[in-house]
Amino acid sequence: MIRQPVHQGRLKTPFHSRLEKLDFVNEWHEWKGYSTPDSLYCSELEYFAIRNATAVFDLSPMTKYRISGADSLEYLNRLVTRDMGKIKPGRVAYAVWCDDQGQVIDDGTIFHLREGEYRICSQERHLEWLQASAIGFDVTIKHETDDIAGLAVQGPTSFSVLSNMGLDGLGDLKPFGLTHFDFQGSELMISRTGFTGDLGYELWIEPDKAEALWDALFEAGKLHGIRAIGVHALELARVEAGYLAPYEEFLPVDETVRTGHSRSPLELGLEWLVDFKKPNFNGRRALAEEKRKGSNWRLVKLDIEGNKVAVSSFIFENKKASKAAIGFVTSAVWSPVCKQNIALGSVRAPHGKPGDNVWVEIYYQREMHWSRYMAKATVVDKPFWFPPRRSATPPGPY
Amino acid sequence: MKSYDAIVVGAGHNGLTNAAYLAKAGLDVVCVEKNDYIGGAAVSRNLYEDWWYSNCSYVCSLLRPEIYRSLELHKHGLQVTPYGGSVQFMENGDYYGSYHDHEVAYREMARFSRKDADAYKRYSADTMRQCRFIRDFLLSTAPDPTSFKPKDLMELARIGGKFMDMGEDRMYETIRFWTMSVAEYLDEYFETDVIKAAMSGSGIIGTALGIHSPGTAYVLLHHYMGDVDGNVGSWGFARGGMGAVSNAIAGALQAAGGEIRTEAGVDKFIVKNGKVSGVALDNGDEIHADIVVSAMDVKRTFLTCMDKSDLPKEFHNRVDNFKIRGSSGKVNIALDGLPDFPALPEGSSLMYSDMHFIDSMERMELAYDDWKDGRWSEDPYIDMVIPTLNDPTMAPPGKHFMSCFVQYCPHKIEGRDWSSEERDAFGQTVINQISNYSPNFKDLILHAEIRTPQDIEAEIGITEGNIFHGELTMDQLLFNRPIPGYAQYRTPIGGLYMCGSSTHPGGGVMAAPGANAAREILSDLKRPNTVPESFGDD
Amino acid sequence: MTDKYDAIVVGAGHNGLVCSALLAKAGKRVLVLEANEQVGGAAITREFADGYSVSACAHLLYQLQPEVRKDLKLSTRLASEDMTTIALHVDGKHLRLKGHEVEGVSDEDREQYRQFRKRMTRFSDLLRKYLNKPPPRLGTKNFKDLATLGQLGLDMRLLGKNEMREFLRLIGMNIHDEVNERFDSPLLKGAISLDSVLGTHLGPRSPNTIMTYLYRQAGDHGRSGVPAGGMGSVSNELAHAARAAGVTIRTAMPVKRVIVENGRATGVETESGERFDCLTVISNADPKRTMMELVGAKHFETGFARRIHHLRAKGNAAKLHLALDGLPAIAGLSKKDYAERIVIAPDEDYVERAFNPAKYGASSPAPVIEISFPSFRDETLAPTGKHVMSAVVQYAPYALKGGWTDAAKAEFEAAVIRTIERYAPDISERITASELLTPADIEREFHITGGHWHHAELTLDQFLFVRPVASAAQYSMPLEGLYLCGAGAHPGGGVSGAAGRNAARTILNREKAA
Repeated sequence: MIRQPVHQGRLKTPFHSRLEKLDFVNEWHEWKGYSTPDSLYCSELEYFAIRNATAVFDLSPMTKYRISGADSLEYLNRLVTRDMGKIKPGRVAYAVWCDDQGQVIDDGTIFHLREGEYRICSQERHLEWLQASAIGFDVTIKHETDDIAGLAVQGPTSFSVLSNMGLDGLGDLKPFGLTHFDFQGSELMISRTGFTGDLGYELWIEPDKAEALWDALFEAGKLHGIRAIGVHALELARVEAGYLAPYEEFLPVDETVRTGHSRSPLELGLEWLVDFKKPNFNGRRALAEEKRKGSNWRLVKLDIEGNKVAVSSFIFENKKASKAAIGFVTSAVWSPVCKQNIALGSVRAPHGKPGDNVWVEIYYQREMHWSRYMAKATVVDKPFWFPPRRSATPPGPY
Repeated sequence: MKSYDAIVVGAGHNGLTNAAYLAKAGLDVVCVEKNDYIGGAAVSRNLYEDWWYSNCSYVCSLLRPEIYRSLELHKHGLQVTPYGGSVQFMENGDYYGSYHDHEVAYREMARFSRKDADAYKRYSADTMRQCRFIRDFLLSTAPDPTSFKPKDLMELARIGGKFMDMGEDRMYETIRFWTMSVAEYLDEYFETDVIKAAMSGSGIIGTALGIHSPGTAYVLLHHYMGDVDGNVGSWGFARGGMGAVSNAIAGALQAAGGEIRTEAGVDKFIVKNGKVSGVALDNGDEIHADIVVSAMDVKRTFLTCMDKSDLPKEFHNRVDNFKIRGSSGKVNIALDGLPDFPALPEGSSLMYSDMHFIDSMERMELAYDDWKDGRWSEDPYIDMVIPTLNDPTMAPPGKHFMSCFVQYCPHKIEGRDWSSEERDAFGQTVINQISNYSPNFKDLILHAEIRTPQDIEAEIGITEGNIFHGELTMDQLLFNRPIPGYAQYRTPIGGLYMCGSSTHPGGGVMAAPGANAAREILSDLKRPNTVPESFGDD
Repeated sequence: MTDKYDAIVVGAGHNGLVCSALLAKAGKRVLVLEANEQVGGAAITREFADGYSVSACAHLLYQLQPEVRKDLKLSTRLASEDMTTIALHVDGKHLRLKGHEVEGVSDEDREQYRQFRKRMTRFSDLLRKYLNKPPPRLGTKNFKDLATLGQLGLDMRLLGKNEMREFLRLIGMNIHDEVNERFDSPLLKGAISLDSVLGTHLGPRSPNTIMTYLYRQAGDHGRSGVPAGGMGSVSNELAHAARAAGVTIRTAMPVKRVIVENGRATGVETESGERFDCLTVISNADPKRTMMELVGAKHFETGFARRIHHLRAKGNAAKLHLALDGLPAIAGLSKKDYAERIVIAPDEDYVERAFNPAKYGASSPAPVIEISFPSFRDETLAPTGKHVMSAVVQYAPYALKGGWTDAAKAEFEAAVIRTIERYAPDISERITASELLTPADIEREFHITGGHWHHAELTLDQFLFVRPVASAAQYSMPLEGLYLCGAGAHPGGGVSGAAGRNAARTILNREKAA
């Protein structure tokens, strides 16, 4: 028996042919086995598509699981920290899930597709954990990453683009809502979700219809500045919106070798996602204990003086850095829309309360020469970019 | 008759390493070797035409990078090249491959079970955590838990501290890891038989234990804790064969002014009044030194090369009961060309990998049952590599050298010596198993060297030909290795030290025992230490 | 609520009874619910053939902790006590083992055996001390935990340098190597091997089997006895003590589930639909049954549920009961020898070979056997002149390939009889009735998952700090109000009462601290 070997190189997403056509710079990297563009023509311009028009990002490699069965709600409620009972059909929830020690395994979005039927969408793969969690529940867990192609359609004109595609009634869709349309005989799911902190949608469709969807979308977006974008542009927008990314702001605990290098939801500023009123969920006991005793870490959003980006910086209590560092920067960018030098970081509690001043040690290079300086930074509690259009329902015709 | 500051007995990699560090500290050192070649079990032998066989140890990963660096082995000709992956041929014609590339490895696992593929990252992290815990102690002397000496107490406190740093839950996991069987450990992650079979091999290689024997999860670690350029757990070939390792260390020894004398087998250690004063060679010569270091295994050192009357009774008993068990053999083959493995797609990278021909946990364990009854496994676990796919120096162009490590293979057949027919039959068992997956293999064989534990013992001197100089069970690890109370390289005989794989941290071509012993000797001599410290966290 | 109990104990096994009695003595209102008609769990005496009774599961008493006897003022009457172990030899050259002495071996072996026993006794005494207290938690700053750990360190050092080294060396070792280091007599090696593997899924070559040997010795230095009236008498005595202390015991009341409300155990519901409320639910059932069936995995966190899921509890010990019309003739045994403990384990490799098939889901064609004739000293168990043979036989794996069909049972029973026949040629003629309890039967009758003697395999990775699983070794389960008091908790199985006593003390201490 000679068997086809498993594919040895990178896989192509259902939208690959379209991305390839729009690609001018040939900068790709691997994302869960798939080729994904870092950039297609110019990251900076791609970024402004997000903030100024409509940006399209291929998120097909995101991991997806379908949860169904009589106990699916009860199952999810034990799995994640927030109360899923409040998420009605047609709604989407951002959620985190923890191990027994209350350390974050991953975050993701959970789509309540229909009564009792859910989809978990996350960066990492979790079938083993989801199945272990299913012991004692009447649920079915189906891996469906490759069965659903996904596109993020983000930016102020995204509503106009989609309306132009003939998707009527989208205007009533509130943030974190989802709705279904027919697209050429297939079900097209649209959720008002995204990773940019702007007005935007995510489109989900079976892979066979992916290219047709792309074509229809770009046809409809022609007059609204539609552009395909790569990861770099998205990353900029993500930090402006203050969203967390695995491997940046936290490390999935099941991959953490060193104790203390994982984070709890409380340490990531996600206490609002932890519902202690639920009698049992993974991590509840440990998190209750942490809440009582205090956390070790705190995730901070930093507004840093000057314009030198604080990549990989240590954070100190004072300018002289005379004491040991109190933390480090996890993501840092220059925000083009805010004209702010911004960063996310992890600092040891009790440092890093909103309004606190800390000092960031920045190394930067100018024409080969390296310099170092200490920049003052202020801990802020709101996302750096939070435009009203993000939640306006119906969205305006931008 | 010349006197030296120190004599090291046995020019295996540990003996040479030990001698090199002593020489670097300015000692006048000679390393004596019974064979006419150096290297012990880390050798490249020219046994057939232009073929060079790594005829004992065959792959290299555990060699401590600290030692590699401090002895500047690259200057003495050593080059270690990593190789990737492994393959498990299955009876149903399929195979399970493990690939260097994470995503390809994932896809291959998912072909059998997506759950297993997802579980792998937890498995890696959990196993790596144990690796990190132990690796730091490889280049240090195991503390004596019964001692009140500050040095022991401090080292115990350091280990205790590292243990505590893991946090409560992971401390329990560590206790479990150290006491579990590899089969049960794997059961907690994986459901696919062939995947578990593939991973369990590392839990039993070189031991007289089965995959279900408690304690074998640790052995897994013993094979994982090596690295090639920081790629923990990956294995490499020494260019030119394993002899390149020994030759490079020998080069470092000679560069530091040390001497090597081959065909100088030691008959006896010369002991007077509880102190060693030198060695008497097989040829009747004597060499004198106040420091004598044995790189031989502990049984050969004390039972063969020393009079019983020179040793405390209890110590002699302990040595007598130290477990060194012949459990594996080797079949080394010169090939006229590259064998086909029709199950593999053309051009598959798995051709370059470690090959195995057992596909289930049951077959793994059954192989062990044969050994317990004093027979070689009818259906053995073979770890097969073709180093010449990576290394052009070991065979003529287009020709190949194949190394088969075979388990299980007893030191004696049902209690008696091997006959040559039995040796041939053992070799045939191995060749047949491979032929099941490679129809043209038999026709390509130009020469085969079949080595039972008895042959290895006869040639190299390791008791029962055990690759680790002693079982890696809890009662023979750390402060118990080799003998409780004598786990710090010293012996009951003044001036006599041990530096072979019978001592902490054990076998595998690590060179750590040799280095650790040198550090203890130099400390006793109040000489500056030349042995590097562990790189620490990575 | 007037109906509310302070504690409900699920299962009236010996541990459940000990636990309930101690709680009641401390003034608690305790209810014990037992699924079977009789109290005692796996320590009962019941009729297996017309007129013939036997200790249905456990048949020898060797581990009942003196602390338990003292606390509950037990005065168990033994029909046989301090039994000699007779290791059968085909030609009648049997060995007799008692205390530190063995007869029938060379002088050298005898002296070695004394040394061996002395050392084992020293170590099992050390172990025993810790079997009678909850295992400490690691990595906490709790004074009690640290004190216990410190005490353990100190106790080990007090053994002396040499013995401490031996302890640390032996604790992880296998019995096969130890007996071969010391003894020549195959029969002696076999007998010791058998003591090391009874009730486990281990062979003598499995590392860890010295620990299981020590565990067996840690009760009464390995002295075994047979209670008058069988093991059921011990249970009845415990039940009596419990009732006297005010415990309500209700039999034939199988518990269907533990009621969980708002994240805590608040009571139980029986199969018959009755509901009982309480502050504390204490399960004498095994960990898997308790967590996965009675409570339900959904009430725990995933990591814990997964650990329980992976808990190894596959029994290998079967029980064979024979009704005999007279004592079988075993060459070389005197009449009174039939009161002793008789074992069939001719050598250590025999035991290992018996174990081999168990790894692959097959039963031993030549099993190892521990035999007693309880009727010999106890006329209540059989009609006059007739006898009962009670035998523990290994290995009969719970998960037999193909299942324990009638044919499979018959085949295994035949293998056992065949084995006994080598020593007692007339055994077959004597049999008037028989009963074989495989681990599957034991699971069915006694509700022990996997039919495992210890409720969970007794290996170092499921022992002490990590029994039954990591982070739940202190009797309290990660569900408020739920405790474990059976053999699946520290220290393990055997009719010792230790787990029940430790659990009761933990519960009472916690209350004091609160």
